[in-house]
Amino acid sequence: MTKNCHNDYKMKFSTDEEFPDLSQHNNHMAKVLTKEIYDKLRGKSTPSGFTVDDVIQTGVDNPGHPFIMTVGCVAGDEESYEVFKELLDPVISDRHGGYKPTDKHKTDLNFENLKGGDDLDPNYVLSSRVRTGRSIKGFTLPPHNSRGERRGIEKLSIEALSNLDGELKGKYYPLTGMTDAEQEQLIADHFLFDKPVSPLLTCAGMARDWPDARGIWHNDNKTFLVWVNEEDHLRVISMQKGGNMKEVFRRFCTGLQKIEEIFKKHNHGFMWNEHLGYILTCPSNLGTGLRGGVHVKLPKLSTHAKFEEILTRLRLQKRGTGGVDTASVGGVFDISNADRLGSSEVEQVQLVVDGVKLMVEMEKKLEKGESIDGMIPAQK
Amino acid sequence: MSNSFRRLVSGRNTMALLASLGAGTMAGGLLLHDNSSLAAETKTKLYPPSADFPDLRKHNNCMASALTPAVYAKLRDKLTPNNWTLDQCIQTGVDNPGHPFIKTVGCVAGDEESYEVFAELFDPVIKDRHNGYNPRTMTHPTDLDASKITNGVFDDNYVLSSRVRTGRSIRGLSLPPACSRAERREVERVVVTALAGLKGELTGRYYSLGDMTEKEQQQLIDDHFLFDKPVSPLLTCAFMARDWPDARGIWHNNEKTFLIWVNEEDHTRVISMEKGGNMKRVFERFCSGLKQVEHLIQERGWEFMWNERLGYILTCPSNLGTGLRAGVHVRLPKLSKDPRFSKILDNLRLQKRGTGGVDTAATGDTFDISNLDRLGKSEVELVQLVVDGVNYLIECEKKLEKGQDIKVPAPLVQFKK
Repeated sequence: MTKNCHNDYKMKFSTDEEFPDLSQHNNHMAKVLTKEIYDKLRGKSTPSGFTVDDVIQTGVDNPGHPFIMTVGCVAGDEESYEVFKELLDPVISDRHGGYKPTDKHKTDLNFENLKGGDDLDPNYVLSSRVRTGRSIKGFTLPPHNSRGERRGIEKLSIEALSNLDGELKGKYYPLTGMTDAEQEQLIADHFLFDKPVSPLLTCAGMARDWPDARGIWHNDNKTFLVWVNEEDHLRVISMQKGGNMKEVFRRFCTGLQKIEEIFKKHNHGFMWNEHLGYILTCPSNLGTGLRGGVHVKLPKLSTHAKFEEILTRLRLQKRGTGGVDTASVGGVFDISNADRLGSSEVEQVQLVVDGVKLMVEMEKKLEKGESIDGMIPAQK
Repeated sequence: MSNSFRRLVSGRNTMALLASLGAGTMAGGLLLHDNSSLAAETKTKLYPPSADFPDLRKHNNCMASALTPAVYAKLRDKLTPNNWTLDQCIQTGVDNPGHPFIKTVGCVAGDEESYEVFAELFDPVIKDRHNGYNPRTMTHPTDLDASKITNGVFDDNYVLSSRVRTGRSIRGLSLPPACSRAERREVERVVVTALAGLKGELTGRYYSLGDMTEKEQQQLIDDHFLFDKPVSPLLTCAFMARDWPDARGIWHNNEKTFLIWVNEEDHTRVISMEKGGNMKRVFERFCSGLKQVEHLIQERGWEFMWNERLGYILTCPSNLGTGLRAGVHVRLPKLSKDPRFSKILDNLRLQKRGTGGVDTAATGDTFDISNLDRLGKSEVELVQLVVDGVNYLIECEKKLEKGQDIKVPAPLVQFKK
């Protein structure tokens, strides 16, 4: 999409007439957006034509939940974070623990800097996984891109991924034209992603033209997986059964760096800057965009009165085993890092490794009927 | 009339002038004023129309049948005076391939001028959907004189309720896919102000979706009046649910026989209904109410979108012309089991739906029977067609009750050429 010409037309109406009704809303955007900010930003447009109304539409359409604080805004391109900083800086600060516009974000993808992580007890830790996202410079983001751009991203991605070899050698499955057999296999492997149904995503325009130029790449070993053109240009996932997070992280870092080299060669490196780290569609994923986690059995610990407190102190979050917004099944939880921006990849995975190790030891203590009060950690 | 809108809306003449200038001129003017035009031009060269042409191989809707790469290339960079684009018109059809058996329309208008600026797409779509109606050569008759209806009272033993609905758009304001919050709020203000002027059996009140109390909401649900946020992807992919429930609401008269939806799929949907078989009275109220509302908005300098090629202009091309669906809930236990039922309906230019509306199944032996056509025949013609058709169906039902045989009627003529 080129210039959002409709915006010029809207400028004929006053700020008051256009300002959204956010009285029922509970999301980061609604908490931050005042008439003054809206007035300042509504006449602006990024070079590709993304406007403040485009940024906030998802937050206007999805008031949120009294208990869950969603972000309520998205970027349409790299420049959104600059052009709409009066809105996005405070949203980022609220979402990322007070991160300031002057703060610098550290990127560290040296897997050797991770201590331990290869000895999580497989009796408790069923699987380990690290995911992140990457945006390709020179293209607009999923809320905004045209079919031509999205296809360009897919083409470039296929080329880059086809250059991977060794343990990373694999194959691309475009969503269009996938055979029934391929589809079933991908579902059985828990790899297949579906057309977004969440209104948080559809109201942001991310499901347009589905399934055009969307697809899944994975290596033959089924331990390294890339989603193309879902919520971000690329989502990169390293995973395996058992508790060897060190190995998962090694493959994650190696694979990412190899892919980045190839994109750079084509003059389309990843979107990154030293303030926000890796630039992604949702402000919640800025920084590392990293969610490193395990599926771990904690039936006793999860019912302990201090479970939530422990998670908070360890800077971890829990989810059900179906992912975000699902409930746990049989005492098995998805435990992952809560932070994305302001700490590096190594630091965030270190928190997961150390935290899960501690929680498994707590679980074992509780199994023996012993107290864990002495083990409660200080706030990390 | 408010402030900025008076400056903006100078009436039919300006609209005609803008349309005749050609959207290209407008767009050129807009782009030159801004230094982001360089980025836009670069993008156009990087991504020629062929790179953006949608993949429609799995699609079965009117838009997909009509949109060729050549038409797309010609129209992709055009803008309506409200700066609406072709990609925005067709997004819903790209996102919803359709069904092998049901042919959806697959495109919407963002404003009145869409039908003109993107005529190379909309004309064949209209032809496809409306039985060969050609907007370039034909004119659409409008006739809201309810006194012309004959035999318009059905046997209450068979007809449980009668209903007529249509839509109306306010000229000068963008349609639901494209409107900004300010425009939508202006539609609400214009309509609600006008409706406050209705008197007699049409006296009523407005319930804003955002402000209604739980009690009011429950009553509206019980009356079967309340409309919900659209969940159909046909509508959500066409951007019609944005900012919900801002500036949406329901107006109805105290007698609960005349109802108006504000800012759902169209600026307004107007519904006249009552229990029993007095379709004539339902249509009389419909016509009278519409005329009064039109008069009330004209007093303030507004008018409905209408022209003689396309009749009343609405969001979906399927509702052009009269936008009228006149129907009954009718019991046809014997006829509905007769293998000739579908053919009889076809020939009478009628369609059946379940009593829950479009895409629902019939419960028991009660059907929603209404006109198929919208464009090319007037309101009076269509309602008379429904009246004659339903009377015929009831005659068939009575015959079958007595063990007599029925006849499939000859097919009706589509429209006068």
